[in-house]
Amino acid sequence: MNFPILSSLILLPSIGALFLLFIRSEKSKRTVKYVSLFTSLVNFFLSIYLWILFDYKTSEFQFVEDRIWIENLINYKVGVDGISILFIILTTFITPLCIISVNNSIKDRLAEFLIAVLIMESFMIGVFCSLDLVVFYLFFEAGLIPMFLIIGIWGGSRRVYSAFKFFLYTLLGSVLMLVAIISIYWISGTTDITKLYELGIDVKYQNLLWLAFFSSFAVKTPMWPVHTWLPDAHVEAPTAGSVLLAAILLKMAGYGFIRFSLGLFPVASETFTPLIYSLSVIAIIFTSLIALMQEDMKKLIAYSSVAHMGFVTLGIFTIQQQGIEGSIIQMISHGLVSAALFLSVGVVYDRMHSRLINTYGGLVSIIPKYSVLFMIFVLASLGLPGTSGFIGEFLILMGAFKDNFLVAVVASVGVILGAAYILWMYKRVVFGKIINSDLKQMLDLNKSELFILSCLAIPILFFGFYPDPLINTIEVSINDLIKMYNLNLIDK
Amino acid sequence: MEILIIALPLLASVISGFFGKYIGDRNSELITSLLVSVSAILSILVLYEVIVYNYEDNIILATWINSGSLNVNWSIKIDALSAVMLVVVTSVSSLVHIYSIGYMSHDPHKPRFMAYLSLFTFAMLMLVTSDNFIQLFFGWEGVGLCSYFLIGFWFKKDTANAAAIKAFIVNRVGDFGFALGIFLIFYMFDTVNYNEVFQQIPSIIDKKLLFLGVELNAVDLICLLLFVGAMGKSAQILLHTWLPDAMEGPTPVSALIHAATMVTAGVFLIVRCSPIYEYSELALNVITIVGMSTAFFAATVALVQTDIKKIIAYSTCSQLGYMFFATGVGAYNVAMFHLFTHAFFKALLFLGSGSVIHAFKDEQNIEKMGGVWKKLPYTYSLMIIGTLALTGFPFLSGFYSKDAIIEFAYLRGNTTGYYAAGIGIFTALLTSIYSWRLMFKTFHGEYNNKEIKIEETHESPLVMLLPLILLSLGAIFSGFVFKELFISQESQVNFWQNSIFFLEPLSTDHPPFWFLIITPLLVIISIPIAFYFFVVNKDLAKRIASVNKPLYEFLVKKWYFDELYEILFIKSSKKLGLILWKFFDVKIIDGFGPDGISALIKKFSLKANKFQSGYIYQYAFVMLVGFSALLTFLIVK
Repeated sequence: MNFPILSSLILLPSIGALFLLFIRSEKSKRTVKYVSLFTSLVNFFLSIYLWILFDYKTSEFQFVEDRIWIENLINYKVGVDGISILFIILTTFITPLCIISVNNSIKDRLAEFLIAVLIMESFMIGVFCSLDLVVFYLFFEAGLIPMFLIIGIWGGSRRVYSAFKFFLYTLLGSVLMLVAIISIYWISGTTDITKLYELGIDVKYQNLLWLAFFSSFAVKTPMWPVHTWLPDAHVEAPTAGSVLLAAILLKMAGYGFIRFSLGLFPVASETFTPLIYSLSVIAIIFTSLIALMQEDMKKLIAYSSVAHMGFVTLGIFTIQQQGIEGSIIQMISHGLVSAALFLSVGVVYDRMHSRLINTYGGLVSIIPKYSVLFMIFVLASLGLPGTSGFIGEFLILMGAFKDNFLVAVVASVGVILGAAYILWMYKRVVFGKIINSDLKQMLDLNKSELFILSCLAIPILFFGFYPDPLINTIEVSINDLIKMYNLNLIDK
Repeated sequence: MEILIIALPLLASVISGFFGKYIGDRNSELITSLLVSVSAILSILVLYEVIVYNYEDNIILATWINSGSLNVNWSIKIDALSAVMLVVVTSVSSLVHIYSIGYMSHDPHKPRFMAYLSLFTFAMLMLVTSDNFIQLFFGWEGVGLCSYFLIGFWFKKDTANAAAIKAFIVNRVGDFGFALGIFLIFYMFDTVNYNEVFQQIPSIIDKKLLFLGVELNAVDLICLLLFVGAMGKSAQILLHTWLPDAMEGPTPVSALIHAATMVTAGVFLIVRCSPIYEYSELALNVITIVGMSTAFFAATVALVQTDIKKIIAYSTCSQLGYMFFATGVGAYNVAMFHLFTHAFFKALLFLGSGSVIHAFKDEQNIEKMGGVWKKLPYTYSLMIIGTLALTGFPFLSGFYSKDAIIEFAYLRGNTTGYYAAGIGIFTALLTSIYSWRLMFKTFHGEYNNKEIKIEETHESPLVMLLPLILLSLGAIFSGFVFKELFISQESQVNFWQNSIFFLEPLSTDHPPFWFLIITPLLVIISIPIAFYFFVVNKDLAKRIASVNKPLYEFLVKKWYFDELYEILFIKSSKKLGLILWKFFDVKIIDGFGPDGISALIKKFSLKANKFQSGYIYQYAFVMLVGFSALLTFLIVK
C-alpha cells in the first residue's frame, strides 16, 4: 500500500479548512459551505473506499504508515483494524451532514465555524487510527479545542460556563493519562501500540496505569458521576456542535477502553471490572430516571446519551464476543441516533427558538414528515427490534448476562425506563392538542433537513435488519482481542 | 407461498403508508383489504396442507444477527401450530380491514390507519412463523409498537395518548422478563433456535442456578421469565392494566389486536415452548394460578363496568386467563382450541359493539343505551350469537373449548387442578351474567340516551355487517367442526405432531357426568336471571350495589390496581428522578466538583489579591518582616 490513505483522511479536512481561511468575505457564504461540504464528502468517499479495501479476515493493523517523527522517541504511526475502521466511517459520515445542517442554525462567523468542524474531523480520524500513544494523546486532546470553541463562541446564553465546565472536566482527566503515557515510555521503552501489545506491560504497574487512563476515558464517555458536563455542554452548544459531540466525541472514550484498557492492561481490567459494572449500571438507571424529569429536550437527550454510553461501557468489560460487538454497534448506532435526535430538536428550535417540551404539542398535524422521522429516531433510541439500537443493546445485555446475572437484570430495567422517558417526550411534543397557537405557522422539513434526517434514518433501519456488514468488519478483531486478553490473564 | 403470506401485508402497509396520499383513500382501503385477504386465503391453503398432508417446513429467508456463537435468521417456520395462528391472524385481520372501510368512513386519516393495520398483521405473522426466540421478540415488540400507534391513533385525545404509552411501557415490563428469559436460554444453550434449544432441554433438567441470591432450577427459571413476557402481552393479572385503557383506540383495533391476535401471543409463546414447560412443574403451577386469578378477577370487574368496550376488554382478559390455565394444566392443544374459537366470537363481539357505538354516534356508555334491538336487528342478532358463543352456550364454539378447559383442569387430578376447575366453573357463571348484562342494557329496557333521538340510531352499512356475519359463522361452527382436529385423543398424532410436546400423554378419562353438565346448566339458567336483574327489576341490582357499597366500589375501581401502581411506580420514579437530578447531580456532583473547585480557586485568588495592594510601604513592611525573620533564623541556628 503505497498511497497514504489514512494520512490523507486525516489531512484532507484540515486542508479544506486552510482554504476556508482565504475565503474571508461574509458575502461568499455559499462558497464557504460548498468548499467545506466538498472536502468532507471527498473524505467520506475516501473512507468508504477504505472500507472496501479493508480485509476483515485478519485482526492485523492495515494501511499502516510508520514515519519517524522524533528520532528514537516518537513515530508517527497510523493504521486501522476492525475496531477502528467503523469509527472513522462514522466520523466522515456525520461531518458532511453537520455541514449541511448549519444552514439554518449558524448565522454569523460561518467560515470560522466550518473551520472548527473540519479541523475537528481531522483530529477525530487521527484519534481512531493512531497507533502510537503520544500521537493518540495529541489528537485526543486537540479534539477538545475546536469543541471548546464551538460551545464557547456559537453557544447559547450560558455558553461560557458550559465551555469551561467541559474543558475543566476533560482536561483534568487527561493530565493523568499523559502522566501514564510517559510512564509507559519509561517502563517499556516505546509508545508504539503494536509493540506494546506484544511486549505486554508488567502486572505491577497495570493498576495505576489503568486508573490513569480510566480517569480520562470516564470523563469523556461520560460515566457516572463525572457526567454533569455533558447536559450543560449539549444545552448550550449549537445543533451541529451537539451532533459532533454526541455522535463522535463521546465515542473516543469507548474506543479507548477497548483499544487501551483491554488491550494494554488486561489484568487491571479484570480487577476493575466490578467498578465499571457498578458505574455503568448506576449511569443507566440514574440518568434514565433523571431524563424522565427533564423539561428541556436537549437535556433529555443528553441524559439519555449518558445512559446509552452506560450500556457501552458495560458491554466492553463483559469480555464476551456479544458484549464487545454489541458495544461497538451501540456506539455506531448511538452516533447515528443521537445525531438524528439532536438534529430533530434543532429543526423545531430553528423555527420556534425553544427547546422546552411544553412549548410544543400537537406537531403531528402541523409538520407530519418531521413527526414520522422523529418517531423513527425515538424508536431507535428505545431499542426497538428492527433498528440498529436494538442490535447493540440486545447483544450487550446478552454478553452481560453471560458474565453476571445481577448486572444484566438491573441494566435491563434501564430498557424499560429508556422507553418511558423518550416516548413520554415524544408524546408531549408531537401528539395531543395544539395549545400554543404560534406553532400553527411552522413549516415542515425543507429539502436539506429532509435529506439529512433521511440519511440518518436509512442506516439506522438498514443495520437494524441487516447488521452483518458491521459485525463482519469487527468480528475477527474482537475475537482476537478476547483471545489475547484471556491469554494474558493466564500468563499472569 | 409462505413468503407471500407474510410479504403481502407488509406490501399493503408500505403502499398505503407512503403512497396513500397519492392513490387516495378509497384505493388504499381496497388495496390493503385485498392484499390481506389474499394472504388469508393462502393461509387457509397452508392450514389445509398441514391438516391433510402433515406439511412442515422451515424456510430461511436471510441471516439477521451473527455474533460469535449467536446465529439468528429471518425465517418462516410452518407447522400445525403456526398454521393455526396464520389462519387466525390473517382471517380476522382481513375482516377487520374490510370492516374498517365502513367504520372509519368519517376519519380524515384512513390510509394511515390501514397502513398500521397491515403493518400490525405483518409483525404478528413474523411473530408466529419465527423459528427462533429473537425473531419472535422482533414480532413481539413489533406488534407492541403497532398497538401503540393504533391505540393512540386519535392523537388529539390525551387519554388515547396516555393509554398508548401505558400499553407500551407495561408491555416493556413484560418484555424485560422475556428478554431475560432469552438471555438465559442463550447462556444455557449457546443458541436461540427453537429446535436446538428444545433438543437440549432434557439434558439440563437437573441443573441449578444461583440467580440473584436464590438457587433455582434452570428450567424453572427460563419458564418463569418467559412467562413474565407472556403475562405482559396477554394482559394477565398484575400486568393487565393496559388492556382496558387500550380501548381508547378505534374499535376495529380492539377487535384485531386486543381480542383475536396480539393478546394471544402470550398463550402462543407458552404453547410454542411446551417442550420446555413440560419439564417445569413449578412454572406450570404458577401459570395455572395466574391464569385462574386473572379469569376470576377480570370477570368480577366486568360485572360492574359501564363502558361497552371495557366490559368486552375485561372479558378478553378473563378468557385469556382460561387459555393460560389450560396451558398450566398441560392441555396446550385445548388452550390453542380456545384461542381459535375465542378469536372469532370475541372479534365478533368487538365489531358488533363497534356497530352499536357507530349507531349511537360514538357513545360507549351502556347506561345511555337500551331498547334499540328493533332498530339494529342485524347487529343485535349477531351479537347474541357472539354472546352465546362466549358464555359457552351448548353447541356453539365456546361451549366446546371452554368446557374442555374446565374438564382438563379437573382431570389434572391435583389440588391446583381441582381449584382451577372450580374457579373456572364459577367464572363461567360470572361471564354469562356480565355478558347478558351488557346485551340487555344495550338492547333492551328503556331508551336512555338524551342526546340522540331513537329515530336517529341506524343499522350499520353492509361493509360492516358482512365481516360480522362471517365471524358469526366462525363463532357458531368453529367449535363443532374443529373439535376432533384440535382436542381429540388422536389430535397429537394426526395434527399437532412435533409442534406441541407432551411429556405424558393427556388423560383419556372422562369426568363424571354431573361435572360435565354443571357449566352449561349454569350458563343457561343465568340468562333469565340476568334478564330479571337488568331489565325487569332494575332496582334490585341497584339495591344490592348500595348495600355492598365497599365491594361495589372495589370492583368499579378495578381492584385499585391503577391507583396502586400510580403511587408505587409512576410517582416514585418521577420523584426519584427529580431528587437524583436536582440534589445529586446539581448539588453534590456539581457542587463539590467543578463548581466547588472553581469557587474555591476564586476564593483563594481573592485572598491572594489582597497581597498586591500596590502600596510601597506595605511591600517594604512585608520585606522587612521577612528579612528579620530570615536573619533571626540564621542567627539562632
